[in-house]
Amino acid sequence: MPKKPRLAVFKFASCDGCQLQVLDAQDSLLAIAERVEIAHFPEARSQSLAGPYDIGLVEGSISTPADIARIQEIRRECRFLVTIGACATAGGIQALRNWCRIDEVVGSVYASPVYVESLAQSTPISEHVPVDFELRGCPIDTGQLVELITAVVIGRQPRVPRHSVCVECKEAGTVCVTVAHGIACLGPATQAGCGAICPAHGRECFGCYGPAEQPNLVSLTGFYEHRGTPRPHLARLVRSFNAWAPDFRHEGDRLEHGTGADSP
Amino acid sequence: MLPCTPAADSLEWLARPALQALIDALTARGHRVVGPQVADGAVVYRDLADVNQLPAGWLDEQDGGHYRLRRDDAAGWFDHVVGPHSLKNFLFPPREPIQRLVREDGTWREEPAPQEQQPLAVIGVRACDLAALRVQDRVFLHGGHVDVAYQARREKLFVVAVNCRRAAATCFCHSMKCGPAATHSFDLALTEAGNRFAVEIGSERGREILSALGTAGLLTPCTADEADRVRTIPHDLERTMHARVAEPGVPRPRSLDTDGIRDLLYDNLEHPRWRVVADRCLSCANCTLVCPTCFCSSVEEVADLSGDDVTRERRWASCFTLAHSQMHSGAVHATVASRYRQWLTHKLAGWIDQFGTSGCTGCGRCITWCPVAIDLTEEVAMIRESAPP
Repeated sequence: MPKKPRLAVFKFASCDGCQLQVLDAQDSLLAIAERVEIAHFPEARSQSLAGPYDIGLVEGSISTPADIARIQEIRRECRFLVTIGACATAGGIQALRNWCRIDEVVGSVYASPVYVESLAQSTPISEHVPVDFELRGCPIDTGQLVELITAVVIGRQPRVPRHSVCVECKEAGTVCVTVAHGIACLGPATQAGCGAICPAHGRECFGCYGPAEQPNLVSLTGFYEHRGTPRPHLARLVRSFNAWAPDFRHEGDRLEHGTGADSP
Repeated sequence: MLPCTPAADSLEWLARPALQALIDALTARGHRVVGPQVADGAVVYRDLADVNQLPAGWLDEQDGGHYRLRRDDAAGWFDHVVGPHSLKNFLFPPREPIQRLVREDGTWREEPAPQEQQPLAVIGVRACDLAALRVQDRVFLHGGHVDVAYQARREKLFVVAVNCRRAAATCFCHSMKCGPAATHSFDLALTEAGNRFAVEIGSERGREILSALGTAGLLTPCTADEADRVRTIPHDLERTMHARVAEPGVPRPRSLDTDGIRDLLYDNLEHPRWRVVADRCLSCANCTLVCPTCFCSSVEEVADLSGDDVTRERRWASCFTLAHSQMHSGAVHATVASRYRQWLTHKLAGWIDQFGTSGCTGCGRCITWCPVAIDLTEEVAMIRESAPP
């Protein structure tokens, strides 16, 4: 039998929620362990085997000078590098500081900020090293993660669609919260993957999976604003877990500062 | 009261509460009965056990990107029109395993196909959706390839149609010559009048089940005069729809000029309007997913980690996604403008060449359920208005 592919899981600035989704694979965990060698996964296993690794899963954003050096090292160690979650793929919720002065943010959080070494911006892994695949979500979906590992093991493309959350609402038969209740929902501009959980419970999509392919945010927020949703509310909608993802970032800037296509 | 034996060309009265007996009879014959119900702010299809679940006294207000229910105690049981669901959700489900292969000791074997499904009965189907059923039948049954799963469900389907007494502003079945009168593809058709239904037979199975209700003493015959009056109800509505005009403060009543529409669209593939609509279009795919005739699907292989258990799954696909036209060197329809054009020209023009009929039945769902209120009747009108001679 050929050698099993070696899997490593790394963490940067993050809440660990995506790593927990790996552990949450439950029934699939044994199957994963059978097909890949879990060589490095500090959250789950104290034993750590040295690289190189076939698959590297990276959680978290680049937030400190030390992170920059460490991700370079990890990239060198991993044949196939996958970022998992909104922090690693877009900078995460902590990227909200990218619109603030870093010294003010650090000073407001820490009693002795002199010991804190923090970069001015929280940035996605792909701004620092080439990434082979980005798995979206806050947190990632366990099913998509298992599909991704399966695809890498088998040697085919993963089935991770880039279409909108609306597709998942319609598959589930969920009544559209925008059309039937007038709620400003980010679903038409957000990538599917979560199974459209929030609209199924009568709430708007919060954009956890980041921008869908070719999102038309100007049209979407323009329609909501025309229908009565205040602009600051719309700006907050795109300024969350994926605020630094370029499509959401530019739309947030446009809504907050009136810059962009249809600014008054 | 003497048992009433229904005849194909006559109408029978069924008291409204006695509709329960029809649900019970269908259930007793092994059907899963589905009917319209209010849920999450809309009238949707759900499993129906009791007539009290029906949306009695609810009306729907529909406009571009807008759907609201309101109470009206004068409204009947079926005076709402179409909601986001259609027969497509059941006959052509969003996800369906079509084959499963399992590898044991290096040998592949095919697992038996899923058990035959329970026959379905749907109550409350409107004329536009009967037309859509006919369109999907053409695609799945009468083309070069018969879709066996669709066929199995379709053959057992029992349809209780309802003649519309009311139209939403988004309804334009009158333009597409698909309604509002139910004239085909049903087993029974109901017309609500006062506190009873006039029931019409559309098939032998319909006659059989209605006879059972007659034997139970639940039917009374319509007189010739009554039958004439009932039959004019949807036709009166159709006349009203043709006469509707836009008024300030209320949603614009839709209609679509279909005269020469195939050539109109083919002759205007480079019309600037496609770019105008693309500025608004989200390519979210909602229009195609609520459309009762859109039939695109993709087939994906879903494997477990070992690669020894592979299910081939058919899923709804939409021409608004990039994946739909993905080829070896990228998406053929790479821009939103080209995707919107692809959808509209196929629906209203290409369909005529392909299937001998329009792909649109005038149900208006794509208008109502577009999050930004894009309206195909408006897009066609704009192209027609400014088309070069």
